[in-house]
Amino acid sequence: MADTMQFDLVSPERSLASLQVASVQIPGADGDLTAMKDHAPLITTLRPGVLTVQGPEGEANYVVTGGFAEISGDGTTVLAERAVPFGDMTEEVYHDMVRSAHEAHAKARDTFQNEPGPVDDAAKLLADMVAMGGHIGLTPPNF
Amino acid sequence: MPSLKDLKNRIESVKSTRKITKAMQMVAAAKLRRAQDAAEAARPYAERFNAVMAGLAASVGDSDSAPKLLTGTGKDDVHMLVVMTAERGLCGGFNANIAKLAKQHADKLKAEGKTVKILTVGKKGRDNMKRDYGDLFVGHIDMSEVKRVGYSDAQGIARDILARFDDGEFDVATIFYSEFVNVVSQIPTAQQIIPAAFEAKDDEAGVSTLYDYEPDEEAILADLLPRGVATQIFSALLENGASEQGARMSAMDNATRNAGDMIEKLTIEYNRSRQAVITNELIEIISGAEAL
Repeated sequence: MADTMQFDLVSPERSLASLQVASVQIPGADGDLTAMKDHAPLITTLRPGVLTVQGPEGEANYVVTGGFAEISGDGTTVLAERAVPFGDMTEEVYHDMVRSAHEAHAKARDTFQNEPGPVDDAAKLLADMVAMGGHIGLTPPNF
Repeated sequence: MPSLKDLKNRIESVKSTRKITKAMQMVAAAKLRRAQDAAEAARPYAERFNAVMAGLAASVGDSDSAPKLLTGTGKDDVHMLVVMTAERGLCGGFNANIAKLAKQHADKLKAEGKTVKILTVGKKGRDNMKRDYGDLFVGHIDMSEVKRVGYSDAQGIARDILARFDDGEFDVATIFYSEFVNVVSQIPTAQQIIPAAFEAKDDEAGVSTLYDYEPDEEAILADLLPRGVATQIFSALLENGASEQGARMSAMDNATRNAGDMIEKLTIEYNRSRQAVITNELIEIISGAEAL
């Protein structure tokens, strides 16, 4: 790995990863993207999904929910609202995430009855959460 | 003059008080370390977040379409004071200092003819402010069930505040908490969170980089500003946690030392009285013997 860049994954409570990596695949709000060294500076928000890091010790996966990523030529920083290493991702954690998205959706529907914007956003978040379950092989809870 | 037995009881009771305060001090020291670690671990997130937000806020600027959370409602009439204190007492002036700062602030705003609303987080602040400002209270968030402050707790508080903001309940929100400097010094601090104020660091190289934004700047701002409120509240909660334990630790250290002084004084008094009693008895025996 000749070309590496600094990668930091930070959640509000702690820093989860800080290492030199070859590439990072990020679930951006408008679609997945892969950042490598000398990527054009970019700031993007995240949708719930799987973050894949190609590091010196092989591939590492993290499940992230909302937040944003800051990409510059020599490094990438992901500030995730909630980030869980793939191995720690259990059905319980996933169900908890889906449940809170579901509640947010229900609440948005009640609060903004005549404004589709926030309701659609919440519905998209929920759909993203459910889709993420498909990626990691977990089934969402039934409501 | 207290009897010997009274003095002995007093000494025993102060001794057990000293044991309790000593134990509390040690517990606070252990908790302080944990709270400090948590505050330190959370710092990178808050720093990066603020740096990015400062850049974003500068580029969106004062355009009309900028979110209200950033530019404000255009008015400055109703102020929301969020007073964050501890759930428990016995920590020196910690709670009182935060409440005092909030009271000063409230009085100043009232003198300027503004409307003040108060939201308390933590039981002690509510108790402290209730007598004089009870009619201004709009809500209270109970933290007594929370063992270890997590980001989700901050999110809960932020949601509450943002919902009130969306309903137009206030124009400006300020949080009051105690900033942790070291064990002996905690500074009560007021920080405005709505409209958001980000400190832009001029010397930072990142600000000069021109970023692409995906989706556009305003959409990102609208998404991130509510998170910014939660992040600021989270850091404040953590600072408060460390401050509380630091304040309790030094308060209990003082109490332990005072108890020690008191025991010393009481012991001297006890010995003196005992000596007096013995002398008295001897005099009685001798004078009895002489009389024979």
